[in-house]
Amino acid sequence: MLEIAGRPFESRLILGTGGFRNLQVMADAARESGAELATVAMRRVDPTARGSLVEVLEEAGLEVLPNTAGCFTAREAVTTAKLARDALGTDWVKLEVIGDDRTLLPDPAELLTAAEQLVADGFTVLPYTNDDPILARRLEDVGCAAVMPLGSPIGSGMGINNAYNLRLIVERARVPVILDAGVGTASDAALAMELGCDAVLLASAISRAADPPAMARAMRKAVEAGYEARRAGRIPRRQYAQASSPEDGIAELEPEAQRASSTP
Amino acid sequence: MTVITLNGEARELGDRVTIEAAVHAAGAPDARGVAVALDGEVVPRGEWATTEVRDGQQVEVLHAVQGGA
Repeated sequence: MLEIAGRPFESRLILGTGGFRNLQVMADAARESGAELATVAMRRVDPTARGSLVEVLEEAGLEVLPNTAGCFTAREAVTTAKLARDALGTDWVKLEVIGDDRTLLPDPAELLTAAEQLVADGFTVLPYTNDDPILARRLEDVGCAAVMPLGSPIGSGMGINNAYNLRLIVERARVPVILDAGVGTASDAALAMELGCDAVLLASAISRAADPPAMARAMRKAVEAGYEARRAGRIPRRQYAQASSPEDGIAELEPEAQRASSTP
Repeated sequence: MTVITLNGEARELGDRVTIEAAVHAAGAPDARGVAVALDGEVVPRGEWATTEVRDGQQVEVLHAVQGGA
């Protein structure tokens, strides 16, 4: 069973809630996904907004995991995490500190600073990080409860761009490795698990799919399939074929005489 | 009159303005799930009624919205 900061989870899929057309579609997809955690962002109160996101998620059986999306500095991210703690009563935070708007790639220096400060303040910190094995190690060293390397940029749907780096991260991590961002379709999620990730976090691949609840179901199966395949132990890759039927006892069905006459 | 910046907009909110009044003025449907920053520092819920907002200060009233990955 997946365990993050001592807490067990049945599901290895974490749902981001960005991009859903409405709360009903989100709730349907959330149920199909089997996820137990769902990320939310902190934004200015909108007096015209209808329906409570947190209530809808809770009714669907998911707990909220606030993120610090939109923060560019450690200071902004730390304050946002504290605001989320006050608003939602959780000291878990998906830490995001972004370097630029075009790529939404993490800013490693600000990220590490923010992680350190939040851990010191008693937060359970789940950092969204580059697929950099050294940065992942540094984040673990300052006390993060997991590391969440990207497969490719947020919302890009490009899948896993650097499987080698991801392998290196998985190989030495002593905290759960959660692939976060970049998943486009079910095979990307399965690959993440086959590479040894402990869980997958995704949103756009489900929320922006033509049929989000159906894609949520596909992702649940993909994560389970990838996890089981990893544990089952795959066969090695080979350059050439290896027959799977016996090579002994093959019948002679073309008599030699005939073969000679048919040869020009 | 106290003029504050509330969620990015200049607002006149009477003579004595508390965080509680600012949260109400921001249009938060109910206080559950809401958090407040005053000039970039978190004001814990328990201090909303007693914390006064002075002229020119910035108040951000936030809640959870859909977001992530």
